[in-house]
Parts: sequence; structure tokens; C-alpha cells
Amino acid sequence: MSLLQIKNLSVEFGSEKNPFRAVEGLDLSVDQGEIVGIVGESGSGKSVTMMAMMGLLEGQGRIVADELSFDGKNLLTISARERRKIVGKDIAMIFQDPMTSLNPSYTVGYQIMEVLKVHQGLRGAALKARALELMELVEIPAAKTRLEAYPHQLSGGMSQRVMIAVALACNPKLLIADEPTTALDVTIQAQIMDLLVNLQKERNMALLMITHDLAVIAEVAHRVAVMYAGQVAEEGTVPQLFRHPVHPYTQALLSSIPEHSKGARRLVTLPGIVPGQYDRPSGCLLSPRCPYVQERCRNERPGITAHEHGAVRCFYPLFEKKEAP
Amino acid sequence: MSQTVLQARDLTRHYEVSQGFMKPKAVVKALNGVSFELKAGKTLAVVGESGCGKSTLARQLTLIEAPTAGSLVLDGVDIAHAGKAELKALRSKVQMVFQNPYASLNPRQKVGDQLGEPLLINTKLTAKEREDKVKAMMKRVGLRPEHYYRYPHMFSGGQRQRIAIARAMMLQPQIVIADEPTSALDVSIQAQVLNLFMDLQEEFNTAYVFISHNLAVVEHVADDLMVMYLGRAVEVGSKETIYARPLHPYTQALLSATPSIYPEDRSIKIKIHGELPSPLNPPSGCAFHKRCPYATELCGREVPQLRTLEGREVACHHAETINA
Repeated sequence: MSLLQIKNLSVEFGSEKNPFRAVEGLDLSVDQGEIVGIVGESGSGKSVTMMAMMGLLEGQGRIVADELSFDGKNLLTISARERRKIVGKDIAMIFQDPMTSLNPSYTVGYQIMEVLKVHQGLRGAALKARALELMELVEIPAAKTRLEAYPHQLSGGMSQRVMIAVALACNPKLLIADEPTTALDVTIQAQIMDLLVNLQKERNMALLMITHDLAVIAEVAHRVAVMYAGQVAEEGTVPQLFRHPVHPYTQALLSSIPEHSKGARRLVTLPGIVPGQYDRPSGCLLSPRCPYVQERCRNERPGITAHEHGAVRCFYPLFEKKEAP
Repeated sequence: MSQTVLQARDLTRHYEVSQGFMKPKAVVKALNGVSFELKAGKTLAVVGESGCGKSTLARQLTLIEAPTAGSLVLDGVDIAHAGKAELKALRSKVQMVFQNPYASLNPRQKVGDQLGEPLLINTKLTAKEREDKVKAMMKRVGLRPEHYYRYPHMFSGGQRQRIAIARAMMLQPQIVIADEPTSALDVSIQAQVLNLFMDLQEEFNTAYVFISHNLAVVEHVADDLMVMYLGRAVEVGSKETIYARPLHPYTQALLSATPSIYPEDRSIKIKIHGELPSPLNPPSGCAFHKRCPYATELCGREVPQLRTLEGREVACHHAETINA
């Protein structure tokens, strides 16, 4: 059984009468020891999916799902008290901007120790020793003196290491990383990704990476889900999906990266933008931008169908290599 | 042979920083002797991590600040000897596109008015002529005429960046400085904006200084490349030469740290440890030696100067031995 299992998840905001669906019919599973990537542009519902799972949308969004379970526990019906025992312990999360996700008024050491106090009941010397051990685990130099440092005294890369230390404090089974390296420089990004992947292997934990950077996913993930306007457009294993994308959106996204058109003067583009709250088309959500659009795509919404290497939400998937008309 | 529009020689900018009451002021050497030439219709890409002096360089080139030392020749005029009127004329020849289109447009002014403002200040055109010119430029960058009367909040990030580009192009400048123009945009939008940059360059023969940390984007747009580290250029040359065979260990590290989609594009990862040192307290000798895997005692003692090697300039004591 999968560690994390999501079936047919939808998240709605706004009034009951005129709701906005940020996430629609999302299926996702993550196994132990697996690295799964979720990619998509802004507004595609990547972060809302994770927030729904972590229970961070209480009172704001309406969450409907056939199944939303973690490690055998149903996250839909769980009480807030029960949820608090899981979140931060078995499921941990690191955020995009390390500079704003640490509390500026407490020392780094205090923020690491807080987790250990709450979830593991450590006190005194054992607590301090464990915090130091964690700082060393994430390769922070001069860890002992840095325990007393405040977040503003650390660089972005160091703050992200502290965030990882906090997240790993209770040996989580699942680590969710929401754009963990977007705010960092490339050489620091490489250091942080190395650290994350090494820790993931060492502990055999599941890692769910949310990012808009396809190249980062291509280098580390085992499986990837590509999201578009709140839906999973395509899902598959990593070398396969990047090598032979079958959804027109995945294909367009990959070919718009400069790496794809080496030597060319112009880049391949997908015209238009992601539809917003009020201009969702009635048919397939990609239909106004899709170069392969057919009459059926304009009137009907395609469901997600499995194929040999994954799943795709398209009436006319590109199994044979076609050039865009 | 195209014409040289910009020439920088040993451009230096130091900032004094207060250390507190009664303490001597510290000096941040943000830019430490950078030299390059820019030709009409060409793109120079400036690459480096945060804190390497890229944006300080942009501030010197756009004449927002005067350099502490060194010379800057714009369109044949040395700015150190230029008068007030001459400087004003020069400023309209160098325009800038900023990183964040959400912050660089005035939220209380209509798009049409913002685009017309450079014309209002720098030309004697009538209101009607200005409007026509603005509408023509809007069409050129892919905006519709009805957008003239709208405010910036009604636009998406990609459209806002188009507005910012249109504003920079209004006076048909010779040089456009683009400071990370696509790093706030999604990939599919980034491709649209990069294409627009390339088309406009072809049409107006504008020279670009393209500041970026994204080496994949740089590889696409640049003709020449300057890699900077802590206020100094460490490797300067044509894009083809540097991408084919980077000689400076920092350039090598940057290139190998850039992730790629396809496994065949991935090089062996050269790992560099640590982070960019503080410009307030730079290391002695080569600024990179504390992180460099090849550093020797010489690197800690002497600052390496740029020298020509294999068709590009590189500032490393051991460039030959490393790449042998």
C-alpha cells in the first residue's frame, strides 16, 4: 500500500453557488523511499494540493476526495488533535522562502528544539545534543555557535538547511518540499538538492517535490505529475515522461525551455496564458492554447486514462511523435 | 563590423557602510575593475550569483550612480567629462528592464500614460503623436490597443514584462540593460518574453546587457559572456568558446550546477563548498580560493589578473594546469 494515497481530490474556494475549483480530480500516490515531483506553472494548483493534504486550508477551502490517506490513516476525517500528531512528525514540509519561514524572533536552535520538545518529549542535555546532531546532519559549519544565531544572521542557503533540520527532526516518513531551491543561487541549489537526495536515500523516506523547474525534477525524481489549471495533465516515470511526453501541454512546456532549442534563434512557445478563475473553458482546459485541438476538445472535458508508462488527460495523446502544426 | 556603443574600462564602485557610531566606515567593494565593450545589435550576458556585483554594474551603466573609479564611454562620450545636458541626452540612450514587473510599473498610472512618459519628457511630440507612437509600440510587443487605458494590476506577469519592455524601447535606445528580466516568469511565458527580446533586437539593432543567473537562458540569448565573482570578472569571452570549454573553476562549477532535463546534457558535477564570501571582508588573493578545489598557496596571496588564454580572458593562476 502506498504511503500517501490521494484519489479524486478537489479543492474549491469562494461561494457555494459560484465556486472556484483550484484543484480538480487529482490522483496521486507516493510510496516509501520514492521521490515524486509535481510540476506546473503558477496557478496550476501544486501548492493548494499540498496545503489541503496538510490540513492548512481549514475554514478557507472545501476539500472533497474519494480518498486522502497517509500511512493508513484517513486525513479527511481525522480530528485536529490527531492531525497535529502526524503533521510535523511523520509528514514534514519545507517551504520556498527560507528567509520568511523561520521565525525572526527566536534563535535557530530554539526553533529546532521546539519540534523535538513537542513531538518527542526531549528535555535538557538530550534535547540540545539532538539539535546539534541535526545541525551537523544538514552540514551547517560551526554548528555549535550557529545554534545561538538568529535567522537574519544566516544566508539563504543556511536558512534552508535549518528548515531541513527542523523538518527532519522527527524522522518523517514523508517530506514535502515546496519549491525548496527557487530562492537560491545555482551552486547553492546544487548543494541543497544533493543534501535532500542523500538524506532521502539514507532514511528511505518519501520525498514529494513541488516545483516549476523541470530540470530539477528531471535530475532527481523517480516519477512526476505535470499539473495544468488544477488538473494532472500527465503522469509518468521520469526518463520516459521527459523523453516522450504524450500530453500536448507537457510537450509544449518542455519545448519552451531554452535547453530544448539549442542553436535556434527563437524558442518554441505555447501562446496564451493559464486560464484564470472566470475564463475556464467548458471543454478541455488546454483547448484554447492547444495546437492539436479538435472539435471534441472544445465541448467535453477529458478524463485521465492510464497507458503503458503512466497516465494522461487527453482525448488525442501524442503517442506517435508529431510536430506541432 | 558593427559599431561599439559602450566601453567600460576598470569600472569600480565602492560603497561606504556605517559600522555604528564612532566606528570607522567600512568599504564594500561591490565592483572592482570591470572592463568590457558592447557592440550595436549584440548581447553581453553578465552571469554570477547574488552579491557578485551584477546589479551594481547595471546601476553604473544606466548612469543612476557615478562610478568611484574607471571610465565609461557611451556612444563616444566619456561620462566623466560630460555636462548636464549631455548626460541627459545619454540617459535616453540607455534604458533598463527590471526583474520584477509587479514592482517596476506604477500601479496608479494607466499603461498608456506610463509608456508615453519617456516621450513627454524627452521629445516635443504632441499628445496625439505620442498616443500613436505608444499604440504602435504596444502592438509591436504583443499588447492590444484597448490595453492603453488599463492599469498594471489588470495584467499578468508576462504582459507586465511586455509593458516594461515597451517602456524601455519607447525612445529606441541604443542599449537596454535587462536585469533578470525573466526570472519572475513561468517557463512558457519566459519563452514568449525571450522571443520578444530577440525580435526587438533584430528590428532596432539594440545592444543588450543581459544580467542573469540562469545559464540556460544566457546560452540562448548571449553573444558574449562575462562571468563575475565578488565584483570581478573571472572569465570573459564569446558564448561559444566559454560554453564549449570553460576554463575558470568557478565557471565550470556554475555550468555543472545548472540542472538539465536530458541526461546527455549533464556534465560531471564539480562540487564547490561554502558560499559567496562577504564583500565587506573579502578573502585575500583570489576571491574564489576558499571554495576552489584547485586552490594553492599562491591563490591566497595574489589576486589573479585577466589574461588571454584559448581565445577568451580568464582570471585564474592555474587555468593551464587545471585544464591540461
